[in-house]
This record gives sequence, C-alpha cells and structure tokens, in this order.
Amino acid sequence: MARTLTDDQGIKRYLVNLKVNGDTHTVMVKGNALLVNVLREELDLTGTKKGCELGDCGSCTVLLDGKPVNSCLVLAVEAEGSEITTIEGVARNENLDKLQESFVNNAAIQCGYCTPGMVLSAKALLTRNPHPSETEVREAISGNLCRCTGYVNIVKAVLAAAEQE
Amino acid sequence: MYLPDFEYYQPKSLAEACRLMTKFGSRARILAGGTDLLHKMKHEQLAPEVIVSLKGLKRLKEITYQKGVGVIIGALATQNDIAGSALLQEKYLSVCEAAHHMANNQIRNVGTLGGNIVNAVPSADLPPILIALGARIRLMGNKGERVMPLEEFFTGVHSSVIEADEILTEVIIPDQPSTGSTYIRFGLRRSGALAVVAVAAAVTMEGQTCRDVRIALGAAAPVPMRARQAETVLSNRVITDDLLEEAGVCAARECSPRSSIRGSEEYRRDLVRVLTRRALQKAIKEGHV
Ligand SMILES: Cc1cc2nc3c(=O)[nH]c(=O)nc-3n(C[C@H](O)[C@H](O)[C@H](O)COP(=O)(O)OP(=O)(O)OC[C@H]3O[C@@H](n4cnc5c(N)ncnc54)[C@H](O)[C@@H]3O)c2cc1C
Ligand code: FES
Ligand code: FES
Repeated sequence: MARTLTDDQGIKRYLVNLKVNGDTHTVMVKGNALLVNVLREELDLTGTKKGCELGDCGSCTVLLDGKPVNSCLVLAVEAEGSEITTIEGVARNENLDKLQESFVNNAAIQCGYCTPGMVLSAKALLTRNPHPSETEVREAISGNLCRCTGYVNIVKAVLAAAEQE
Repeated sequence: MYLPDFEYYQPKSLAEACRLMTKFGSRARILAGGTDLLHKMKHEQLAPEVIVSLKGLKRLKEITYQKGVGVIIGALATQNDIAGSALLQEKYLSVCEAAHHMANNQIRNVGTLGGNIVNAVPSADLPPILIALGARIRLMGNKGERVMPLEEFFTGVHSSVIEADEILTEVIIPDQPSTGSTYIRFGLRRSGALAVVAVAAAVTMEGQTCRDVRIALGAAAPVPMRARQAETVLSNRVITDDLLEEAGVCAARECSPRSSIRGSEEYRRDLVRVLTRRALQKAIKEGHV
C-alpha cells in the first residue's frame, strides 16, 4: 500500500507508483483520483479518452496486466502494482504497431475518438488469441462504442492484422 | 466526472477489514471491483466517507474444489475469472455462461461475484443460476462467520441481510444430483445491456421423469426469486412439452415484475413464461450442469 502524506488541511494524499508503458511514474494523488484523470492530467497521456465516464463506452480503455478495463472506474491508488498499457505504449520507436497500421489501411478510423480504446481491446484479444474468428473480434470490442458506427471496418482491420501474424 | 472525497483503506487481512467496517459502520463502504460503487458515487447516489478496499485480500479471488463441500468461488473472483475458470467450465458451465454474457468485457475484467450479489439488484446476472444450483454464501463479520443459502440473502431492491461489519467471502456450490442446468437472459442488446428478464433452471432427470427441479428468476421481482409453483408442476412428472408450457404459465403468474424503461410488467411476465419453458427444455436436453 502506498505511502501517505497529510497536508495542513488534513487531506490525505497517497504516493503511488504507476507502471505505465514500461516506465514507473511516482504521483501524489488523493484517494478519490481516478486512473483516467491521473493518466491524462498528471502524466499527459491524453490518448486515453473520456466519453461516458460510467463504464459504458470504452473510450477510456487501458490494459491492466494485459486485460482491458475502463480507467474511468478504477482508482489510481488501486492501479499500483499493475502493468498499465495506454495507447501511447502500443507503437514502438515511432513505428505504428501492425494493428494500428491495419486500422489506417482499412479506414477503421473516422473521428478517431473510440480508436485508442478499440485498438487496446483488439490488442488484448490478439495477444491472447492471435487468430480470432469474426465473432471473437466482435465480442472483444463489444465494450467499445464507436459513435461514428464504423464497426464493419474496425472488425475488418482487426481480422486483417491477425492474418498478417 | 469526479468522485467526492473519502478516506481510503486497503486492509491486509479479512479481520482488519471487518474491524474497519465495525469502526466506521454505515459511514463506510466496501470496494471490490467498483463498477457499481464508483458509478453510484459519480451519480451522487452514495457518498461514503470511508472506503475499505478488498484489493489486498488476494485469496478471495480463488476458485477451488473441496471434496465433500463443493466448488468454492471467492467473492473477489471477477466475472471473467468465472467465465474462464477450467474448474467451473468442467463442473458448472452454466455459471460460466451467465458470467460471460453479462455487462461488457471491460466490466467483466473488474466486476466481482461479491459485488454482483451484495449490490442486490433484481437484474443481477449471477444470483439466479447460483440459486438454482442451491449455492450458499459465507459472510464474515466481527462476531464470526455465518453460512446461509444465497436465496435467503436478499430482502429487497438494494437491501439484504448483510450487516454493516460483514464481508461476503465466498460462494459455495454444493455437489449435487442435477443432470442439467442453464441460464437464459433476455437483454435489449447482446452487450452492455441489463437483463429484461432472466431464467435459471437446474433439473434432475431420471429418464423422462423429472425428479427434482429448481427455477430461479431474475428481474422478475424485487429480489431474485424461486418459481416454486412452477417447480411443483414438474416434480416427479413425466416431462412433456405441454407440461413445460404449464410451468412457464405458472412462473409468469407467481412472479411480480415492475414496469421500467427496459420493459413493461406485462411484457416481462410473458418473457418469464417463454424463457422458463426454454430454460427447462435446454436444461433437460443439456449434457452438462
Ligand atoms: C456498463 C456496466 C454494465 C453492467 N452490466 C451488468 C450486467 O449485465 N449484469 C449485471 O448483473 N451487472 C451489471 N453491471 C453491474 C456491476 O458491474 C456488477 O454487478 C458487478 O458484479 C459489481 O461488482 P463490483 O465488484 O464492481 O462491485 P462494487 O462496485 O465494488 O460493489 C458493489 C456493492 O457491493 C458491496 N460489496 C462488494 N463486494 C463485497 C463483499 N465481498 N462483501 C460485502 N460487500 C461487498 C459494495 O460495498 C457495494 O455496495 C454493470 C455495470 C456497468 C458499469
Ligand atoms: S469513459 Fe470510461 S467507459 Fe466511457
Ligand atoms: S471513429 Fe468516431 S467514434 Fe469511432
């Protein structure tokens, strides 16, 4: 459990070590800080989006120990000890991941708002199951809403990326 | 959307967690996966001053089999832990299916069994199938622990017999003679939609005769309920399609759904009739429990 500091007004803050995309960041947060806000506001990782903030849309998806979760429903203090992957951690050395390339090549991006979450959900699927069926792809992204409704091309992009493996 | 301030504790043992809950009483709330609690706090439906997180109690995540007792699922097992458990897939596939078809993938990775039960909402997906399988729950409190049938836990919407200092630690599915079980939920979408109505059934068949049956309904009353009259229709009878329809009609009569944005009372009753028949048909045909 994180070290705590209490300020003059009696407000407790926690010293939390967050392992994000391989780097450890130490942040000082209140107990009520949500992971999505800490990622965006403290660590400037604004690729993680906020949509509904209630667990419905998946815009805020990050991987916690490889599993997609909604960072709008996770307390930052509770993410200590987990490996966090955000969309910024998917590309390697400025090169897009094959999955990201596939999103570009298959026109699976319209406004782009759902894309970080979509890519992370799909990434988690392909890591676990490199050759998924269309049903499995649809199931894996079922917690990610695309307001531009580009699902057909998104599914196509994930299947195409899997084929290249 | 931000959360109101609260004091956060992450106890290292169950005993410590119970002590904290005793100390703070109704000012405190347990945090498991948070998919419901944080949601309610954002909507200002709840504003606990203290949050006691169970995150440090890793042992409560385990799913094990104990001879003579049954399958024991820790309260912190997530829905995806349950859906993916090899032990449960072998012994109670219908429980895995119930867990797999609820909420959405992100929620299933954090939402826990304990939260799904203690939350005590009529549409919760795990209680009906667990009740149909005769599951018991273990509650740990300051005065010790108690074990009770899950069926007797709920007293109303958002209310149950749990005391302020108590923590649900595990669910026990006892070994049983059931030959088949199933859970059918009807939602307005296949993902991210709460059940409009759900029916769970567990049957013990001897040839074409039904020796024992348990039917549990979700979203059909303020609490997950047994359809006991429907069960009586089938008990020790040779099963025919007409009899299954009669059981469905009976279940539709004895439940007490309410009208909500997801469905009217009439619609829900008719769903209970149809889904009860289908769930029974499936449980009887199914080669697994
Ligand atoms: C987008 C979305 C979709 C959803 N879809 C579904 C669905 O399809 N079906 C469904 O059934 N539910 C659904 N839910 C509701 C919720 O996710 C589940 O009920 C989940 O199982 C709750 O578990 P949790 O661990 O997140 O609970 P928490 O939010 O951590 O806790 C819920 C309540 O239970 C108490 N509690 C938790 N664990 C314990 C314990 N071990 N002992 C004592 N008290 C405890 C908490 O104090 C709190 O009051 C959905 C939620 C969201 C946000
Ligand atoms: S912003 Fe988190 S799920 Fe919508
Ligand atoms: S591309 Fe616009 S929300 Fe999906």
